[in-house]
Amino acid sequence: MDLSSINPVLLIASIMLSATPILLAAIGEMVVEKSGVLNLGVEGMMITGAVVGFAIAVNTGSPGLGFVAAAMASAVLSLSFGILTQVLLANQVATGLGLTLVGLGLSALIGTPYVGLKSPSVPKVEIPLLSDIPVLGPMLFSHDLMVYFSLFLVAAVWAVLKFTRIGLILRAVGESHDAAHALGYKVVRVRMAAIFFGGACAGLGGAYLGLARVLQWTEGMTAGAGWIALAIVVFASWRPWRVLIGAYLFGGVSVLQLNLQAADVAVPVALLSMSPYLITILVLIIISARGAHGAPASLGRIFHASG
Amino acid sequence: MIRLERRPSPSALWTAITPLIAVLLTMLVGGTMFAVLGKPPVQAIAAIFWDPIFGDFAFYYRGQLLVKAGPLILIAIGLSIGFRAGIWNIGAEGQYIMGAICGAAAGLAMYPSESVLIFPLMILCGALGGLAWAMVPAILKVRFGTNEILVSLMLVYVAETILASVSSGLLRNPEGMGFPGSRNFQQWDAAHNTELIAGTGMHWGVAASFIAVIFAYVMLSRHIQGFNIRLAGAAPRAAALAGVSWSRVILLCLGFSGALAGLAGLFEVTGPAGQISIDFNSGYGFTAIIVAFLGRLNPFGIVLAGLLMALTYVGGEIAQLNLQLPGAAIQLFQGMLLFFLLATDVFTNYRFRVGGAA
Amino acid sequence: MLRRTLLTSAALAVGLAVSGAGAETVKAGFIYVGPVGDGGWTYEHDQGRLAVEEAFGDNVETVYQENVPEGADAVRAITQMALQGADIIFTTSFGYMDPTVQVASKFPNVAFEHATGYKRADNVSTYSARFYEGRAIQGHIAGKMTKTNKIGYIASFPIPEVVRGINSAYLHAKAVNPDVEFSIIWAYTWFDPAKEADAARALIENGADVILQHTDSTAPQAAAQEAGGVITFGQASDMGDYAPMPRVSSIIDNWGPYYVQQVGRVIDGTWESVDTWDGISTGMVGIGEISDAVPADLKAEALGMKDAIAAGDYHPFTGPIYRQDGSLWLAEGETASDGDLLGMSFYVQGLTGDVPN
Repeated sequence: MDLSSINPVLLIASIMLSATPILLAAIGEMVVEKSGVLNLGVEGMMITGAVVGFAIAVNTGSPGLGFVAAAMASAVLSLSFGILTQVLLANQVATGLGLTLVGLGLSALIGTPYVGLKSPSVPKVEIPLLSDIPVLGPMLFSHDLMVYFSLFLVAAVWAVLKFTRIGLILRAVGESHDAAHALGYKVVRVRMAAIFFGGACAGLGGAYLGLARVLQWTEGMTAGAGWIALAIVVFASWRPWRVLIGAYLFGGVSVLQLNLQAADVAVPVALLSMSPYLITILVLIIISARGAHGAPASLGRIFHASG
Repeated sequence: MIRLERRPSPSALWTAITPLIAVLLTMLVGGTMFAVLGKPPVQAIAAIFWDPIFGDFAFYYRGQLLVKAGPLILIAIGLSIGFRAGIWNIGAEGQYIMGAICGAAAGLAMYPSESVLIFPLMILCGALGGLAWAMVPAILKVRFGTNEILVSLMLVYVAETILASVSSGLLRNPEGMGFPGSRNFQQWDAAHNTELIAGTGMHWGVAASFIAVIFAYVMLSRHIQGFNIRLAGAAPRAAALAGVSWSRVILLCLGFSGALAGLAGLFEVTGPAGQISIDFNSGYGFTAIIVAFLGRLNPFGIVLAGLLMALTYVGGEIAQLNLQLPGAAIQLFQGMLLFFLLATDVFTNYRFRVGGAA
Repeated sequence: MLRRTLLTSAALAVGLAVSGAGAETVKAGFIYVGPVGDGGWTYEHDQGRLAVEEAFGDNVETVYQENVPEGADAVRAITQMALQGADIIFTTSFGYMDPTVQVASKFPNVAFEHATGYKRADNVSTYSARFYEGRAIQGHIAGKMTKTNKIGYIASFPIPEVVRGINSAYLHAKAVNPDVEFSIIWAYTWFDPAKEADAARALIENGADVILQHTDSTAPQAAAQEAGGVITFGQASDMGDYAPMPRVSSIIDNWGPYYVQQVGRVIDGTWESVDTWDGISTGMVGIGEISDAVPADLKAEALGMKDAIAAGDYHPFTGPIYRQDGSLWLAEGETASDGDLLGMSFYVQGLTGDVPN
């Protein structure tokens, strides 16, 4: 056993890299769930984002355009979920599962010509001054733009939910759609916007996976990342900063597990890989035992205005 | 301005014809997709919907439809009971895995005995394994009010990790040259879930699913517990006033669906799949959720939905093989079918009205 | 429709597919565990299928089915191919072993070829490749090229094939560089690009400057390229897009010649059940172009070893070799038996850690 070979600076940087896709997807899904909608199709939207982002980045040579296109594509795809569940009042669980099927199939078809190609690299942005700080500099301030953007997004979502009228309306709709409707808020419109935002975030997360973390496109590449994002939202009990902690914890456990193996530490791989889920269940129990039900009260319920 | 108006009760006419409309729409859009991919659309659709039932090798595929539909129906029946009460067990995949593991472990502990009691014991342990896994969200919900959707989903991942661990550890075949995977139950008569009538695909799991359908129908329409469950789902306050114990409904619904999922896993692993291996579970637990909704939570509807889903799997494979359609196109086709079924469902419960408020 | 039904029933009556001479075209089926576009394992099997088409032209028809899960779905997929008149069916993943044997018992006139398994029957052959021969060459290059003396190894599952590869690479790295150390990560997956990329990064961050992989995606190559100064080897396919650096060579699964040979035997009616375990000598294990990043003298040594293995002059497991616990496995000059190699579940002396389970 030689723990000294693990370099904490590089370890933290790696964790940030591997956590960013699930962080982006999770913060989007959190907003969706805050509005009272449970979209289980995150995996499908992520992988669509991954393939579209990769394809556009390869064709244009610009990762930036790739990210934009990925966000748009997944957001548009998520609207199919929105129309089904909000306008045609279909069950959200079933529709979400269907969205995953559609996303996986669609992405594989779109991606066929891109198998084996390499992506243009996403440049690292060394933040002036800050990146020169010893230890902290390379750890926190020498990432690519998307890492900073994901952190910014968490802060923005937090601020909007907490301080703005939009946030208030979103939460009202999620807590009680009937009451929100009675107050004159457009429940369906608010939820459609939330779903659209969630789709865009999942698309960004998928694109990051392809363009920054894996640097290529392969079928089925997300390998369950979307489901982990769903778990993180629950783990975070629907709070933005906890989503950040959750994503870094989930990303951290998987990266740390690999690092420990690399340093010849015998790790119980099975126990470690199930630990985030067990912790999530534990968190759920604690929240509900305290009587404060973290989940938006209308989560997953169908809203029909004229009753 | 078009708006939706809830029907006083679901329309029988629309209930019957919406699935047909959805299938036709899927054929239309899916056919266009196949044409875009450069494949003959009519042939592709015929391969999916016609060949498994009436094609050259239907004698084989008809049985395979049952093999594929059996576990889906069995799990979906259990889930539908809970869904009616508003209890959302979406972790059937985990219960299915744990049922298979527990049942298989109980059997393997007896290897190589040929006692006739082994298979019944395995069935019992399979049901108990699924039941136990479902009791976790049930008890947490009763005790703390924890959300069962999320707990049951999280437990799927835990079950998958356990599966990966036991198939290369505890249950690994000692004569398997060090490869992961348990002994093959098909080669051990006492534990083999055989076809009841050779060549029909009819195994104990399929039989169990038909029994479950009849049981669910009788319970929901004739028995006081079925009434309680429906009441708890439709009008929770009225149910409470009527003295229905919410805790009991939760335990009953989750327990029942867990036990059925566990049974499905056991029958699959001792029959068609043959062994515990890292990925013997082919996502039946999740697909069954779709089947439950497609079947409108009605026992007989679920039978039809399960068969339809099986048809797209088996037929999809035929289309892949005969026309070399990419597997992804079939996946997309299934997704479309599901979307159209969900979309047209609105006509069953709602009426479209043009104009302002009536 | 009617005519086709009659014809096929006639075929069924005479025992389904007609194999051997006389058949106009031979139909060869392939069952794949992953997508054709995986860039690794399945991709190479599909290249083998294309080689069959190339070799026999109109005399052969090939069909394949991708993403077939191991288990019940495999039984159906294989049966389906047999029913539809395939004369020879290649099932290309270990997990298809029992399904293949099961279906084969119902179609005595169809030839079955199962990759990497050990169960045979009159109409079931098995075939596999001696990848450890390629690993020996990798180990040699890796041992000489590493500057940090740390070699990272991304392993998939703790099965004999993988353990054999680790041992082979380690023995040959150690032989040229006594200070070399191996860090092994068990990824528990054959194909998960994100996880493989993370594993490669973890190894690099722990000081490894050579990454060997026994998983199938090119993600570790990309991660190594990004890190810079790290060398890798292609796995399953050449991964030549990453040459000359980081990819300095590769082990290529080259199934084409074997597939052409076996389909040819079905065409002339000489097919019979065999157990094939071929390596560099027949070309089933290919060594991809050694890039210019490797010094010329080292390249010559590596090619020399390749030739010696191909000629049968050198066996990568030649004693003295001790097990990890210090007990003697192979005495001086003794070479490993195939039986020992097939069931190998222990590390050789010098490797640290345990084989999981």
